[in-house]
Amino acid sequence: MKTIKTIIAVILLSISITSCSEEDKDPIIIDENPLAEYNLVTNVDANNHSIEIYSEQKDFTIGFNQLFIRIKDNDMDTYISNASIQWKPVMHMTEMMHSCPKSDVTKTENATVYTGYVVFQMPGNSEEYWDLELEYTANGQVYNAIEKINVKAPLDGKRRVNSFVGEDDSRYVMAMMPFQPEIAVNDFEIMVFKMENMMNFPVVKNHKIVLDPRMPGMGNHGSPNNEDLVFDVGSGLYKGKLSLTMSGYWKLNLILVDENAAIIKGETITSDNESSSLFFEIEF
Amino acid sequence: MNTEFIYKVFGYLVGGSLRNTVALVLLCTFATAERTTAQEPIIDNSIDSILPINLQEVIVISSYKKDLEHSAHAKPLSTLDEYLEASNKVSLIKRGAYAWEPMLNDMSTERLSVTIDGMRIFGACTDKMDPITSYVDVSNLSEVQILGGQQGAEHGTTIGGSIDMQLEKSNFNPTDWQAAIETGGEANNAARIIGGELNYSDEKFYVDTDIIYRKAENYVAGGGEEVAYSQYEKYNFSINGGVKISNSQKLLGSFIFDEARDIGYPALPMDVSLAQAFIGSISYLQDFFIGRLTDWETKLYANSITHIMDDSQRLDVPIRMDMPGWSDTYGFYSQSQLKHEDHRFLFKLDGFYNRSLAEMTMYPNNSEEREMFMLTWPDVRSINTGFYAEDVLSFENSYLKFSTRFAFQSFNVASEMGLNSLRIFYPDMEQRQTRILKSVAARYRIEGDNFQFTGGLSYGDRAPSVSEGFGFYLYNSFDNHDYIGNPDLKNESAIEVNASFVVPINELKIAMEGNYFHTLNFILGEVNPELSVMTIGADGVKVYKNLLYANLYNISLNATYQLSNAFSLSGNASYHRGTDQDGENLPFISPFTYASTLAYTQEKLIASFTVNGAADQVNFNPDFGEDRTDAYTIFSLAVGRNFKINEDKLYIKAGVENVFDTNYSTYTDWNNIPRMGRNFFAAITYSFN
Repeated sequence: MKTIKTIIAVILLSISITSCSEEDKDPIIIDENPLAEYNLVTNVDANNHSIEIYSEQKDFTIGFNQLFIRIKDNDMDTYISNASIQWKPVMHMTEMMHSCPKSDVTKTENATVYTGYVVFQMPGNSEEYWDLELEYTANGQVYNAIEKINVKAPLDGKRRVNSFVGEDDSRYVMAMMPFQPEIAVNDFEIMVFKMENMMNFPVVKNHKIVLDPRMPGMGNHGSPNNEDLVFDVGSGLYKGKLSLTMSGYWKLNLILVDENAAIIKGETITSDNESSSLFFEIEF
Repeated sequence: MNTEFIYKVFGYLVGGSLRNTVALVLLCTFATAERTTAQEPIIDNSIDSILPINLQEVIVISSYKKDLEHSAHAKPLSTLDEYLEASNKVSLIKRGAYAWEPMLNDMSTERLSVTIDGMRIFGACTDKMDPITSYVDVSNLSEVQILGGQQGAEHGTTIGGSIDMQLEKSNFNPTDWQAAIETGGEANNAARIIGGELNYSDEKFYVDTDIIYRKAENYVAGGGEEVAYSQYEKYNFSINGGVKISNSQKLLGSFIFDEARDIGYPALPMDVSLAQAFIGSISYLQDFFIGRLTDWETKLYANSITHIMDDSQRLDVPIRMDMPGWSDTYGFYSQSQLKHEDHRFLFKLDGFYNRSLAEMTMYPNNSEEREMFMLTWPDVRSINTGFYAEDVLSFENSYLKFSTRFAFQSFNVASEMGLNSLRIFYPDMEQRQTRILKSVAARYRIEGDNFQFTGGLSYGDRAPSVSEGFGFYLYNSFDNHDYIGNPDLKNESAIEVNASFVVPINELKIAMEGNYFHTLNFILGEVNPELSVMTIGADGVKVYKNLLYANLYNISLNATYQLSNAFSLSGNASYHRGTDQDGENLPFISPFTYASTLAYTQEKLIASFTVNGAADQVNFNPDFGEDRTDAYTIFSLAVGRNFKINEDKLYIKAGVENVFDTNYSTYTDWNNIPRMGRNFFAAITYSFN
């Protein structure tokens, strides 16, 4: 009996030792891509650097794009930490150029990864295209890069950005924050920007967005207990609640109202008016 | 082995092209048949013990003793629904020609306990298109026991009462082999019915099997209008058997398979492509139990229902949709009796687990769009555990009965998606909830020399049904509203008072009875004008609410008069009223109705002439889609004849319903669909030794 116990003990010990030593042998994988779960949407080669841009989506798409940047030093074969990056997307139209709403580029927890968002309000086409201007400082030196990027309309053709002239004759851009819709009360967030000039799109604060989701495929019925979106200072987003009573195609009709309760854009849904001119679309 | 085969033969399947000629052919057969003088079973012309002696009613469907099955009913081999309709207490909501929903004391499914041999079964259709009564057939039932109010609490929690359908069993009678084939037909809707059974029974073992098949085309309303989508087709197979382990121990089992296809619901926007049930049980019976407890019976049961609602047969719908539903129930009960001096106690422990799931998929007309989906029953798991006890105290010519039920009922919304969809309406809704249900009843009955009196007082409550508590956009085509369940509903409870009085005066027997339900927290849908309809064309959305109270009363008067040995006259009239706290009419309350039968009963020949009708429905509620249903009077005739040919027996029955082809509908007809017009029916049963 005692022998058996000893044998078991020995076996157990050897197993644990082996497993320990295996762990020990494994080096910390420093080469593991922290952005592996995202999609590489472009790679800008400039200044002997490879500037990798990743997105949550497969492509640069109209609407909200959360982007992640890494800069690889091709000589050293390492990623540059603690760079400071500025960017400017520019749309080259046949008769003019303009930019779009964007955030600053900030560092993430991983010192080699930088992030920010861009809201493209239109896709490129054969005559008109976007490019992305980058200015970054690495190791005390300033570099510039520019790359043509291909901004696509979403594959499902559903509207997730609105660019419009409001009742106040100002031009606005409004983007739906990406989310996974469910048959439930969903958190629903929208960003609103005002086009100050061709290149500046500051966030519009303290307005309100009236929400009325409808299913045009089924008698244009709505859903209960939605909450209109109000401005959240901390995040700069408009936040509300979106009730989806079933899966399928929903048209999220909106009315943008300023702080004086004046309608900037959008119409109320009535039996004669099935849709607001300001809306987003989802299908799930 | 003394093998005896009894065949019941009815010779013709009615074809659609032969409408109206069939009855004549059969009547000719009958007229030319040879008269015999041998003894025949006495055929009970009325379908039940009509007089409401126990405030209860037993609908005889077939009796083991009667070798001529189903002959108890005016129309042999008719559907179970028609058997129930002929009863005094039960009325049926009709959405078509098939699967009528039984109502007792003007209360329907959610307020009743409907069981098969004490087994709880729950329909799988969110629109109540598959009441439990649609999953059995007269071929496998012996009788239906109806108990009003808390008298029905033995089988489960109820407000309005219980309907227990009892399976037919050979039950260790030494009858050896028996076999039968039976067929019938109806002219109006070209209904064909064919069935058969094969039974073996001795003192140690029995097994009963039967099968029945029905197919009917659209029926024709009075005046000749064909009611589109009123066809149906179904078959039902059942087997049950038993083994005696010892003289005091028995093991029984039963299994029913029922499947209906292509069922039209003319009153609804959708039909049913499949309604399927598997119903099984095993029970153990023992004469003795612990101590002085006797007659111990324990049953385990399981059933599974699939119900596929679709609109693929409809030509013009705003949107195509599929609405399948599933309901699985597993349950048990164990009961025992105790007799002590003048007391007879019954103790029963029971429980069930039910899973109800239903979904809806809508196919957009724009084929680019994705299909729409929702859960209409969010996978609700109900567990009910109850204890029932009764004591019957016998005195010289009277008795007193006390009964009580105490139960726990819990609900669990198992689907995350379903729970989230309900939380759109009820953000703080819990996933699980438990309710305590209780019932107490007292009854007194006295039999004097020239009267009989029964009176009762009871209290009981019930939990909301799955639809009432957790339904999600269930469309009701009667009031044209979508219904949303309400998980916060309080239990509905009722105080019930009832009394019946029977007086025989020579050949005349008069019975009066009445009951009154004061229902607290009455559950009913109420319009919420803020909600947007889901169903295209619906008028609004209703949410289930507890009314403060509602009052319901039913009064009926019965009389039978034996005119001579052969002739008897019976009549029945009833009045019903239901109002809520504001005096508004409740929906589906019967107007004044009456029925009268003149019967001729001789050894070989029976005939009946029946009149039934209703007064104008004055008390209706337009908020629930009701309108004033006009008065009507319908006449029906039936003639049955027994023959003896050598050692064989022949029974023929033929008749006409709605003789004058009246076009009418009743208060229970969903969206006023007209009832069947003139209908000839016939059945022949042939049994030989």
